Amino acid sequence: MMSSKLTAEYVRSLIERGKRLDGRKLDEFREIKINYGVSEKAEGSAEVMIGNTRVVAGVKMDIGEPYPDMPNKGVLVTSAEFLAMAAPEFEPGLPGENAIELARVVDRGVRESGAIDLEKLCLVEGEKVWVVFLDIFVLNHDGNLIDAAGIAAIAALLNAKLPKITEDYEIVRDELTDPLPIKDIPIPITIRKYGEHLLLDTTALEEDVLTGKFTVTTKINGNICAMQLSDGMSMTKDEVLQAARMARDAATKIREKLFKDKLKELKKA
Amino acid sequence: MSSDSKTEIVLPGDVLYKGKNMLPGRGTYRLGDEIIAKVVGLKAIKNRTVSVIPLAGTYIPKAGDYVIGEVVEIGLNYWLIDINSPYQAALLMFDLPEFVEKNTDISRYYDFGDIVFAKITNVTKTKYINLTMKDPKCKKLIGGLIVHITPSKVPRLIGKKGSMINMIKNLTGSKILVGQNGRVWIKGGKETLAAEAIYMIDKYSHQSGLTEKIEEFLKKELEKEAKGEINAEKEE
Amino acid sequence: MPKKKSEESKSNNKGAVRPDGRKVDELRPVKMEVGVIERANGSAYVEFGKTKVVAAVYGPEPMHPRHLADPEKAVLICRYNMLPFSVEDRKKPGPDRRSIEISKVIKDALSTIVALEEFPKCMISVDMVVLQADAGTRVAALTAASLALADAGIPMREMMSAVACGRANGKIVVDLTKEEEDAEDAVDVPVAMSSLTKKIALLQMDGDMTLEEFEEILNKAEEACSKIYDMQREALLNKYEKEGKEVNINDE
Repeated sequence: MMSSKLTAEYVRSLIERGKRLDGRKLDEFREIKINYGVSEKAEGSAEVMIGNTRVVAGVKMDIGEPYPDMPNKGVLVTSAEFLAMAAPEFEPGLPGENAIELARVVDRGVRESGAIDLEKLCLVEGEKVWVVFLDIFVLNHDGNLIDAAGIAAIAALLNAKLPKITEDYEIVRDELTDPLPIKDIPIPITIRKYGEHLLLDTTALEEDVLTGKFTVTTKINGNICAMQLSDGMSMTKDEVLQAARMARDAATKIREKLFKDKLKELKKA
Repeated sequence: MSSDSKTEIVLPGDVLYKGKNMLPGRGTYRLGDEIIAKVVGLKAIKNRTVSVIPLAGTYIPKAGDYVIGEVVEIGLNYWLIDINSPYQAALLMFDLPEFVEKNTDISRYYDFGDIVFAKITNVTKTKYINLTMKDPKCKKLIGGLIVHITPSKVPRLIGKKGSMINMIKNLTGSKILVGQNGRVWIKGGKETLAAEAIYMIDKYSHQSGLTEKIEEFLKKELEKEAKGEINAEKEE
Repeated sequence: MPKKKSEESKSNNKGAVRPDGRKVDELRPVKMEVGVIERANGSAYVEFGKTKVVAAVYGPEPMHPRHLADPEKAVLICRYNMLPFSVEDRKKPGPDRRSIEISKVIKDALSTIVALEEFPKCMISVDMVVLQADAGTRVAALTAASLALADAGIPMREMMSAVACGRANGKIVVDLTKEEEDAEDAVDVPVAMSSLTKKIALLQMDGDMTLEEFEEILNKAEEACSKIYDMQREALLNKYEKEGKEVNINDE
């Protein structure tokens, strides 16, 4: 859509020589910035910028019923929306399959990594638990949305505090108490490929030219907790394993850079 | 490379040939040194070309095919013809055998719903399809009846060197035109009986000795008619 | 089943068998049939143990709505759906977020093998319905869809087979049941692999595993996919061998 056939040709021929339009190496990330607390009304929020890509995530807490099969655990509800302002090709309306996929991939990463200590969010077993609403919005789309959304999600969760509750389990909105109990820092890393070349942190233009993506979410200990291959890309077994290692290493770097203090604290515990 | 060589059923992804001495034909593609099948069908080797004759699928138009089509849209100087494929074909004014005067209402030649036996002259990459009526075999089909069979079973209906279709024509006295697109036009003679036989071929195409079975069926029916056991079909 | 046990101890050194008595690399009983829906251009039924799925293919046919047509290739439409009574607690009919995501990843996977470029401006629809669910419904659906596409005569560069592998009760196993999926330590990795070039086109995962375990899971999945492919092949030939024998090839 945004790239003519000849631009595509140029992007591809650069990749074949191990180069990219913005001068990065194939496995190099753009600069990542986080602004915490973009909304004071939220129990936690964070805005993440990867290059021009801009994603905001917010956490609202509520009290609700637990799932019947997990009576002693809090509930996580994740949703995502690509705002129409984020790119000319985005349309207003209900989330499409790409937004649903993004929300579910980010959700699986947070959930399966055990990042939120859901057992600590139980108030009355089988009756009352904390419900964590994690809402993600894409404000500007310049590629690598899943990674940006995943980082924004964990940043918002780390930023979140539980509101005060009365004895009757009524929420007092303007009084925040303890931080949300966080046990891990899952980071999703998305790999795209051209021929045999694997790329990290692709821009919107690069994504327009390349087909497909593979997201691997890893935990602090390097274990994998979620994966998703989609958008019409197929890979050999060796490529998949290579991509998984790349994702683990990139996630380790990002964690050390962006979440240094929390990482230290978690590693000690 | 006799075409009578045993028929081998292949599936998408099957390696049909290894080496550089053959060309990939219909229903195949080349992957490195190999020629690979991409449809379920029968492997056929002819003139250094490996191809797969499909056993299923909708009709895919091909230049040179004769098809039976129906007029579904009339433009200023063209008709759009439904040819039982995902793509409609265009018949241009200039491709009629007769000369068409400027500014005539072309529906005088072919109107909505008219049926034609036409030849495909061109299929572009983007699937624009051109028909012609200039071929001597082509004509507007008036009267008679049309039956549909699975397009991939057309060769079975025709039979070896036309053995099946000629047998039906001879026994029923009908004129029969077979479109490669799976439509069959029957006129004259015992039309209904011919249609019954054609449906049987579509249904039992996998049975062996089918020509004999169809012949037997037709003869029995004709016998019954002669004896007055069933009402004789009025012949056109 | 004393005999099963002895086989088990030979085939892997971990000893114990799985809840349903299978070996770690053993599939559930698989049933496949091609051509089960008369009106569709192609169709297939697939059973992985108690998981039962039907897939039907319509097309290629003109894309509608027309403005969504792609001038360069066919649009592949995949719909995966669970019947309300296919699961323990009634599922509300119609698509939900889970089924939209599954439909998408199945579409993405199949689009790597279907020769969509041969049908510009058209659509090809694949409908998959889960009749009964006991885990592995998306991989059974994809396996059935691949059969149905071939049955519809749609050109494909190769076939595709899918299976879920993972970890349950401390063992790396293939083709997990719901019971195994619910194990405390469960890891679920649905994998689809193409038959000829062995490319992975669907890969999802949830759970917690090391890279080493992942490699073992992928190896097991590759083996299992090739077993499933052999069965797909048999199912297709079963339908077409009879039909094909008599077709005259002189006509070409």
